[in-house]
Amino acid sequence: MTGEVLCYVYAIVDASAPPLEAVPGVDGTDLHTVEVSELAAVVSLVDRGRFNAESLQAALADLGRLEQIARAHHRVIETIARQTPVAPLRMATILWDEPGVVALLEANRSSFTQVLERIRGREEWGVKAYAAPESEVAALNAVQAIHAGLTAKATDTRLHPPQSAQLSRLRQPMLLNAAYLLDAADGVTFTAAVAGQATAHPELRIELSGPWPPYSFAGDDEGATG
Amino acid sequence: MALPDGLVRSNTAGPPAGQRTTNLADILERVLDKGIVIAGDIRVNLLDIELLTIKIRLLIASVDKAREIGIDWWERDPSLSSGHRDLDRENLDREYLDRENKALRERIEALEAVATPIEPARAPSRAARSRSAENGQ
Repeated sequence: MTGEVLCYVYAIVDASAPPLEAVPGVDGTDLHTVEVSELAAVVSLVDRGRFNAESLQAALADLGRLEQIARAHHRVIETIARQTPVAPLRMATILWDEPGVVALLEANRSSFTQVLERIRGREEWGVKAYAAPESEVAALNAVQAIHAGLTAKATDTRLHPPQSAQLSRLRQPMLLNAAYLLDAADGVTFTAAVAGQATAHPELRIELSGPWPPYSFAGDDEGATG
Repeated sequence: MALPDGLVRSNTAGPPAGQRTTNLADILERVLDKGIVIAGDIRVNLLDIELLTIKIRLLIASVDKAREIGIDWWERDPSLSSGHRDLDRENLDREYLDRENKALRERIEALEAVATPIEPARAPSRAARSRSAENGQ
């Protein structure tokens, strides 16, 4: 097999996690785990022809292929997240072979463990807010207050850059594109709080998405407590 | 739960039926821009691990595609939008994102600091306002 396949790594989970539910990887093959002490990497083999740097670069520059790979990657992460705490790796983290995966786990053991602890039992929720351009200043204040209120209910928060108007197909500018990390049990109250804000602010369009796997809280430490 | 008119439930999980409709841009901003990063370069030899890590942002720096799906962060930064369309934009992008996140956070903190429930909240800074206005274009 060596020479024909590469190892695509999706995420880090506890080695003690239950066996993974069957879900196809980005290249259609099954997932497996590679374990090193208490950590496991979730991996699938991908074709070396299709996933070497050059082909991948071409594939990802093609919107159709990009969407396919991104959705497949997301489906894997989402499926794992329903079963066990998951620390997602950035899309397209690809190693030459399994010893590489082992080395990856060994080299990053403590940071991976920290990320898993940070997100254990938690979920990410997304909130976006838009307002009509003419009421933007007032809306900005409202949005900031909303964000502060939601932040108080969350364990951690990340701000994503606002998405473009082309994408939303709304003329209103996006004023807030935030992610909140919540204890899984708090999803219901959080949803209610967001709904309450939407009622209180008919001038805003508020979108709620989630629960997401904790993508936004797996990377850098910025914004984390301390 | 019935949601009020102003709230749009746009998403993802919830029991499986809704999954296909998850907004692609929401997925991309998470899978491409978040998550643990192992190394920043293609074919880095890091601690004996040979890695292929992809410069995603560079990839979608096939700009037109990116714009189609609303990935246009760099367009808000003059240093990135004035025609340097190739190569190491990635580092600049990252720097810019960090700066923007920091600026947003500071803006929010500043407003939180002065906000009181009774007095009208202070208007955002000129810079914040004109930037938002630009974003709206």
